[in-house]
Amino acid sequence: MSHVLSLRCKECSREYPVEALNVCDFCFGPLEVVYDLESIAKSTSRQKITNGPNSLWRYADFLPAEYNPAVDINAGFTPLIRSRGLAERLGLDELWIKNDSVNPSYSFKDRVVAVAAAKALELGFSTIACASTGNLACAVAAVAARSGMTSYVFIPSDLEVGKVLGASIYHPTMIAIDGSYDDVNRLCSELADSYPWAFVNINVRPFYADGSKTLGYEVAEQLGWRAPDHAVAPSASGAMFTKIYQGLKEFEATGIISNVHTKMHSAQARGCSPIASAYEEGRFVIKPVKPNSLATSLAIGNPADGYYALKVIEASGGSAVIAEENEIADGVKLLAETEGIFTEGAGGVAITGLKHLVETGKIKRDESVVVYITGNGLKTTELVADVVDPVHIKPNVEAFEAAMASRAGN
Amino acid sequence: MPIVEKVRFTFLDKLIKEPVIYRVGQDFAVVTNIRRADIQEGIGWVILELEGAQSSIDSALEWVRSMGVRVDPAVGDVVEG
Repeated sequence: MSHVLSLRCKECSREYPVEALNVCDFCFGPLEVVYDLESIAKSTSRQKITNGPNSLWRYADFLPAEYNPAVDINAGFTPLIRSRGLAERLGLDELWIKNDSVNPSYSFKDRVVAVAAAKALELGFSTIACASTGNLACAVAAVAARSGMTSYVFIPSDLEVGKVLGASIYHPTMIAIDGSYDDVNRLCSELADSYPWAFVNINVRPFYADGSKTLGYEVAEQLGWRAPDHAVAPSASGAMFTKIYQGLKEFEATGIISNVHTKMHSAQARGCSPIASAYEEGRFVIKPVKPNSLATSLAIGNPADGYYALKVIEASGGSAVIAEENEIADGVKLLAETEGIFTEGAGGVAITGLKHLVETGKIKRDESVVVYITGNGLKTTELVADVVDPVHIKPNVEAFEAAMASRAGN
Repeated sequence: MPIVEKVRFTFLDKLIKEPVIYRVGQDFAVVTNIRRADIQEGIGWVILELEGAQSSIDSALEWVRSMGVRVDPAVGDVVEG
């Protein structure tokens, strides 16, 4: 049973019916889903959640759409791994890695799209669409393939083939737009107004964004029904970051956990850091930037939820941290070498950000930390292509042993 | 045929003497309707609705950009990674 009351403007608090709407007609502020938390508290329990499916739908009471097997690609309930090697390297006693890179289409976007698609079907849509340069395209196309919905994926025409292969395989209608990044933005906004489609991050964005709340619920459950002292997550639009915190606070408000004291830390890359730059300069006004970063999945220059991410940082006593561009690949390699997890550039930003937070004393050795790894490295192998350096030998044992002796000597 | 567009103007760093929004209405025949704004020393933004012919809005936005004002969709970027 849905516990959704309405949509509400985050700026002027005007209420709207539960429809495909994302912007307040009056102040153009973003809309968010309003839940009846008292009703959720009566309906849910730790036991009920534990008995639920091994996917994000175990938290259906907290979501804006009913479970629908048609769109279920088993997104969510990804591993939370107790770090040993990385924790030791960074000097932390209790570090956990939320490995969301093992979702069905290999990023956390499967969560948000699963919820958006379920809501889209409830609202009567048969087509879902998105504008993306990577992970979101994959998730939309995958969920559409599973559900039989028609899908349209818009990409900038200069995108490398490798970036869109992961989406093309699911056979969406893919449209490459000749024009700048700004042109793609503008066209997609116009199309969302003109076509009867569920544009996942435009007209159904309030529902879509709430899929990320499950990253907060899951971590709390997997930690044994408690919130960590710190959470470190990469930020692009800022939506996922704010929703992780909302998830933790909703668990607290409904009595599932208590004492949510988690300090939220947002990590961005130097080449696209509108949220972290605002934090560093002590302002709540986001200054849009033209992205130029190796962490391509974080390249949102005008983040829709940037202001709200800054408010979460303030409310939680957290911070924002910047990874230099030349540190991103090092972060990816560090995670791979110490934990056996291959992440994309966004994960490299998160790991580097975590390292800086420990170095600057914002995170202390004896505090519990969760770092979110939200995308898979196999989609962006060029970032770390320099690691390919095999030892070449002739096909005989002597050659092998000579090479190994030489290597040991080095 | 007139169209409606929701945009955000961000005024960066330098103070602009030009009455930008007034000129959009006067010189480009585009109707402006401010919905929300936050102006601080050094930086500010205005979210507004523009109504007019597509070509007039395009010309107006090109001129606004030439004045050093950044123009973005009011809802933020919709192209995601």
